[in-house]
Amino acid sequence: MINFDVIVIGGGHAGCEAAAASARLGANTLLITHKIETIGEMSCNPAIGGLGKGHLVREIDALDGIMGRVADASGVQFRMLNKRKGPAVRGPRCQSDRKLYREEMQKILTNYPNLIIRQAAVDDLWIKGGDQPSVSGVITDTGEKISAARVILTTGTFLRGMIHIGDERIPAGRKSIANEIEQPAIGLSATLEKFGFNLQRLKTGTPARLNGKTIDWSVCTEQPGDQPPVPFSFMTKTIKVRQINCHITHTNEKTHDIIRKNLHKSSMYSGHIEGAGPRYCPSIEDKVVRFSDKTSHQIFLEPEGLDTDTIYPNGISTSLPVDVQEAYIRSIVGLENVEIMQPGYAIEYDFVNPQQLLATLETKKLPGLYLAGQINGTTGYEEAAAQGLMAGINAARASAGCDPFLLDRADAYIGVMIDDLVTKGTDEPYRMFTSRAEYRLKLRADNADQRLTELGIGIGLVGKDRALRFNEKISKLRLFGKILDDLKISPNEAAKYGLKINQDGVKRSAKILLSYPNIEFEQITNIWPNLREVPTEIIEQLVVDSTYSGYLERQEADIVAFRKDENLILSTSLNYNLIGGLSNEVKEKLSKAMPTTLGAAARISGVTPAALTTLLRYVKRKDKKAVA
Amino acid sequence: MTIFALSSGKGRAGIGVIRVSGPQTKNAVFALTKKNISLNPREMTLNWFYDPDTNEKLDRGMVVFFPGPCSFTGEDVAEFHIHGGYAVVGGVMEALSKLPNLRSAEAGEFTRRAFDNDKMDLTAVEGLADLINAETQSQKKQALRQMDGELGDIYKSWRHQLITAMAYLEVSIDFSEEEVPDDVTSRVTPIIKKLKGDITKHLADGHRGERLRHGLQVVILGAPNAGKSTLLNFLSQRDVAIVSDIAGTTRDILEVHLDLSGFPVSIVDTAGLRLTGDEIEIEGIRRAEQRARDADLKIVIIDVLEPSVPDKLALNHLGDNTLVLLNKCDLLANANHSLAPGASIGCWDVSLKDGLGMAPFMEALKAQVENRMELTETPSLTRTRHRASLRSAEGHLDRFMSAEHAEIELLSEDLRLAARDLGKITGDVDVEDILEKIFTEFCIGK
Repeated sequence: MINFDVIVIGGGHAGCEAAAASARLGANTLLITHKIETIGEMSCNPAIGGLGKGHLVREIDALDGIMGRVADASGVQFRMLNKRKGPAVRGPRCQSDRKLYREEMQKILTNYPNLIIRQAAVDDLWIKGGDQPSVSGVITDTGEKISAARVILTTGTFLRGMIHIGDERIPAGRKSIANEIEQPAIGLSATLEKFGFNLQRLKTGTPARLNGKTIDWSVCTEQPGDQPPVPFSFMTKTIKVRQINCHITHTNEKTHDIIRKNLHKSSMYSGHIEGAGPRYCPSIEDKVVRFSDKTSHQIFLEPEGLDTDTIYPNGISTSLPVDVQEAYIRSIVGLENVEIMQPGYAIEYDFVNPQQLLATLETKKLPGLYLAGQINGTTGYEEAAAQGLMAGINAARASAGCDPFLLDRADAYIGVMIDDLVTKGTDEPYRMFTSRAEYRLKLRADNADQRLTELGIGIGLVGKDRALRFNEKISKLRLFGKILDDLKISPNEAAKYGLKINQDGVKRSAKILLSYPNIEFEQITNIWPNLREVPTEIIEQLVVDSTYSGYLERQEADIVAFRKDENLILSTSLNYNLIGGLSNEVKEKLSKAMPTTLGAAARISGVTPAALTTLLRYVKRKDKKAVA
Repeated sequence: MTIFALSSGKGRAGIGVIRVSGPQTKNAVFALTKKNISLNPREMTLNWFYDPDTNEKLDRGMVVFFPGPCSFTGEDVAEFHIHGGYAVVGGVMEALSKLPNLRSAEAGEFTRRAFDNDKMDLTAVEGLADLINAETQSQKKQALRQMDGELGDIYKSWRHQLITAMAYLEVSIDFSEEEVPDDVTSRVTPIIKKLKGDITKHLADGHRGERLRHGLQVVILGAPNAGKSTLLNFLSQRDVAIVSDIAGTTRDILEVHLDLSGFPVSIVDTAGLRLTGDEIEIEGIRRAEQRARDADLKIVIIDVLEPSVPDKLALNHLGDNTLVLLNKCDLLANANHSLAPGASIGCWDVSLKDGLGMAPFMEALKAQVENRMELTETPSLTRTRHRASLRSAEGHLDRFMSAEHAEIELLSEDLRLAARDLGKITGDVDVEDILEKIFTEFCIGK
């Protein structure tokens, strides 16, 4: 029998990143997918990044993950969202060519050292040990057993997936590119339930796909990309793919009328769907009902690629029957004669309440089993990939006998997301937003490498090329940072160069001058012309750092306090029922979440400051007893 | 665990009330009454109470059941109203402790459960503690008001305003691609301006609420032997300070708590002010001056018989919160009014030894106390903890308003920090609150 260190089930965004990370760390890794051609498929919209999401991609890239590079090699339109706002809230985003994305992903993975890819359908987990079961591999539909002590499950929407279009119901994991039904995974759900996992239902939706040749582009608003495009990866110098435009159109009263009249035919409104859908991505039915005073909603017409006419109309996902979809879509300006290539649908699927996971994404119930992606209740390629990365790293490290590799809320968006999931769980598809990060000013897309690459190098996750380039950049930042610190000027002299600063006689460094909102770098080069020789990207980085300096200092103090609580480890075998003075409700919540730190306990809603004090006292007292 | 405790006062009394709270409450009632009586919510029934082990009759009394969550703690609660003798109360308590999963409550545990079950917010819990500790009528009024949630309501409305403001900023950051308002600062600024104004006004209450909780600080100042201790004794109507004729007797601080027409007042007697070489006395004087600076009201006593240099030290403390007493006027036909300068609330000729001329002074003192402590229309701050948090929140909002920076992520950071401070008083502002607000107010859905 063949034996692997880590098996990854699923070739979506979580699976790809998990397999690559595990292999990068030297673990003997197998990626099993039911269809090799669909590895790296973008099942929903053809875009990568955005606010919060773009941050995740940069973080994955900083740890030498693959998503950023694949996006750069397939992006047909790049835009930095919030370009006019501050650097902390800027998010890179691109429209990708679906085919290029898939091809690039497959090209990278088929040549990845330590990684083997196999096409097979996994029927079941292979589990050993009666009373204390743990994973020992997988069983395929041909009955073959493949052995591995660590298995990462990334099933996306396939677990008991059910597609809804009107009152039609089709058991399916998703619809393929060719409009074919892909079979759902039924057996795995049953296995998970057998081992006591709590499975719940979620819902998500996708709009119809349109034939671009039948759209009247002249009446739509053109939306060009950034020039020059800014890549995701710290390793990509320039974008080589041809760049194209997106377009915007709007729904109107007529559209809304058609939807309102046919509302009873929608799967969601006729009660066919029980799973919760995302509040931030409502179907067009939802928008019309909930915001009935709005007479129009915008639709982004996103091209699916360079050599295809398929258009993804972002903003009108639906579960209405096909004829109604056609009617309301054709009521939209520019789409009057549009041909629908594939109808939109809603899909319901099982997910595992992520409170059943450790921060490594290993399940508490089945040691050796890791979950990543939509199976954990998230939505989005980037969220999935980030979890895949962390699950891959931790599975590989566990098989090498190393400590877990964890990121906390002050390290990365990845840390924010995983902490939210494992401590609070979720009841709608979880999506990243920058507002979820309390240390947003520190966790920026521009400094993801400075936050994470060194950690990656430390565990052998980062390849030589990136490590080299990173170290060069860091030494430059340090060198020029020091120069900016050392160059000083008095207010009096600065005034001669037209700089308006307080005439208090206190000398200021070039770095401090840069932190003033009204002073530009160019003005400073008038004082010290040599600074013009500093590389632009280094200056940009130093300017960003100094813009936030005051706030970042305060945030550092917060982070110290935050980490103090984070360092107070709560045993996962703690019996909360034995702690007097905790209310039943709090006991129940803590027992369910089994937080690993006092800080995590504090973030569970309903756990009051009073309960925390009680908990703290209990843990401290126990510690003292243990010492004595 | 189900908990129980004697909720009425300790000691012999006509009746005693034992309160039980927790999941075993019903069973406790059944066990002690020896029957499955139907427990109609909030209805008193008369029963014999027995020891569950020995079947011994313990007492005959009333029992009432409050099913959760409509109870004080939010759990099932029962009250046994029994005769208040030591033996009876002790017997019933012992009987309860014999039941499985019942234990006697720790101090404050009922309230803590109420808080844990969201029956009260932090301010209400503190209000309850104050109510139980209230010594004067006005303190009771304030505590009741706080326990009722009036103070909490104010803070909660602030929290809502802040969430609304934050939602506007966050929506324009996280959903800038959507059709959301882009002139958010112009929408948010009025909200924050009003909020900041409310907080500032709340803070500028002259510490009224905290004073009512702790008592108004009235400091007596004067040269040695001017009669400070005599005044303290007069006010407290008992001998608390050593009164002697040897100058410098009161070297340290002496404090007496009084109920002055319903208001709590702390009268502070200090060391006599004079120039001296005695190190201990210098320290006493330093403390006296310190207390004088922190005082709400000051009474400066001048000995009219011996106008002296030390009097000048005392007179340094004159101000709009100072009452001046010219003592020993009985021994001087024409009191030397030139000693009483203008910058004070007023000046009274008295003789402290026999209480001569004290009535008008007492009237004035009471008026001053009332003026400083009467409850206002809106509830006042009652805790230093609240004040510190609010002051910090005010600082963050100030920075927001100052337009030092226009970057939206920094404005949002200011509000996040302010929300965190407010959260320390009324409970947290979770990012979920803000997201919920965003998703109900704005149509997001790319």
